[in-house]
Amino acid sequence: MITAPALLLALMEGAVGAAVLALTALGLSLVFGVMRVINIAHGEFVMLGAIIAWWCSAELLGAHPVLGFLFALLVAPLLVGLVALAADWLVLRRINYDPERTILATMGLLYIIQQSVLLLYGPDARPVEPPFYFRVQLPWFGYSGYKLIVIALALALLGATWLVLSKSRIGLYMRATRLDAETAQAFGVPVRRIYAIVFALGAMLAAVSGVLIAPMRQAHYLMGTDPLLLSFIVVIVGGLGNLRGTLLAALLIGLGDGMISVLFSPTLAKMIATLLVALVLIVRPGGLTREGAS
Amino acid sequence: MKQLPLQSYALHLLIILALFLVQFLLPAYHYGNLTRIMVYAVLAIGYNVLYGYTGLMSLGHAMFFAAGAYGAGLSVHWLGFGPIAAFASGIGAAFLVSILTGIVVLRVSGVAFLIVTLMLAQAAFLATLYFNSITLGDQGIVITLRPIEIAGTSLQLSDPVVKYNTALVAFALALLFSLWLLRSPIGRILIAIRENEARTRLLGYNTFLYRFAALVISGTMSGLAGALYCLLFAYVGSSFASLQYSTLPLLYTLLGGTGVTLGPLAGTAIMYYLIDISSEFTSSYMIIVGAALLIITLWFPDGIAGRARRLIGRGTA
Repeated sequence: MITAPALLLALMEGAVGAAVLALTALGLSLVFGVMRVINIAHGEFVMLGAIIAWWCSAELLGAHPVLGFLFALLVAPLLVGLVALAADWLVLRRINYDPERTILATMGLLYIIQQSVLLLYGPDARPVEPPFYFRVQLPWFGYSGYKLIVIALALALLGATWLVLSKSRIGLYMRATRLDAETAQAFGVPVRRIYAIVFALGAMLAAVSGVLIAPMRQAHYLMGTDPLLLSFIVVIVGGLGNLRGTLLAALLIGLGDGMISVLFSPTLAKMIATLLVALVLIVRPGGLTREGAS
Repeated sequence: MKQLPLQSYALHLLIILALFLVQFLLPAYHYGNLTRIMVYAVLAIGYNVLYGYTGLMSLGHAMFFAAGAYGAGLSVHWLGFGPIAAFASGIGAAFLVSILTGIVVLRVSGVAFLIVTLMLAQAAFLATLYFNSITLGDQGIVITLRPIEIAGTSLQLSDPVVKYNTALVAFALALLFSLWLLRSPIGRILIAIRENEARTRLLGYNTFLYRFAALVISGTMSGLAGALYCLLFAYVGSSFASLQYSTLPLLYTLLGGTGVTLGPLAGTAIMYYLIDISSEFTSSYMIIVGAALLIITLWFPDGIAGRARRLIGRGTA
């Protein structure tokens, strides 16, 4: 029997999951939308973020955990962004962003990142200390204040990304490249540089969500697969490269995944989400996409 | 230049004969390795039917491999099937899974096809963990098999000689089948779909049905490899459904050369030994898979057999 407190708890967990998933999936969707690149290594960027969060909190042991958290929020996106820039420069650019070959290349990247972390960090899952311990009193129970801050931070970052995309010059370039890269180039948009920036931006969003989830779960070298699976589900449901669809789908899938995870089991939640997507594809061939199937 | 079919069959039969003969020369360690390589090559040959011939890149073949392995392993463990019945049930399971998967994934094409296959395979992997009362999840099941009784002699699948030759028979059949398929009218249409689907459809072919057939053949062959692997090495676990078993056949095929019938064998053998050697030095040996993927993508998009074929100037495809 599902009781009201359990339902409220599930709803809260679902909201946290949705917020973090929105960040991760937005990164994936942005990269696909602008560059037409499916980044199989996207989940590894989340994992790298979490590992860096662990490293920061271990480095700054003894200091206030908030310091380590803030440090991680700064360092993780920077480092992961650099990794992404290097990948773009060394690999993606050289194969001219050919869709099929980039998939193979990012898959190679997945294994290189994952196994390098295994080599340097080891196979253990390590806990990361949450920066805050205060609890917010809800009816029936007190809820982790940290998780509420995660929701707020994720929303702020989503807003910031939206502002960059819609108000800044670089955002204009991104949107132009997304619509038609060749025409954009003809109008003087530095398309190659935009590609590099977008790939780094997507990776940074993933890294931040990695930092945010690290204190709630643990940092482990195989933790990239769940965010990858969920982000893929989100971009398929929301429409490949469709940012608004991505956010809406992230809310739906994240909430559902979080709630079923609490009420039943996390594994079951992911299976149900996948089957749901399979059903959607059967009922609406081509998915819910507007510009999807290439 | 087009090769005579007879010449091509002769070349393939020669390779099968060579594989038969080397078993009398190989030391035990490599003997076991080659057994595994031949089983994995069946998986890669199955993969090649879909990717190499039809041009559909799947990231979900672990699902078919695992369907075959679980179909065989679970029926031995829970129902007490003998080896032959278990093998058949593994193939049947993979066949069913292929049909169900085809209904879903062929609704989409291009990159969406890739994402959906990966997604379904990850869900299948999670399912093997979720139903761990049946599958025993991560830990897996070690199966004990009855011997096969044929014409008064009893064959024990744990005997290395029986293992090697069973794998060889399966490999030979898969190889010859793939060669026949490639040269048959169906194979020609699959290649036409790879090159230009719209044009093939315009010629009046129902391309959906052909793609569906390619997926079911490919999935069933991969499942056959899974069933064989489970029966020969007496184990099935959820790692069989993990991303690794989707990546490896793709890599074997790419390394060997896509669309070349002998490519999967070459790719499997090389990659197997690369992984085997590097696993002696580090537990992060899968890094070699990542490196190989990057190197192939950057510098060898045609693979080894593809490059050799271009050098020799004649093709099997």
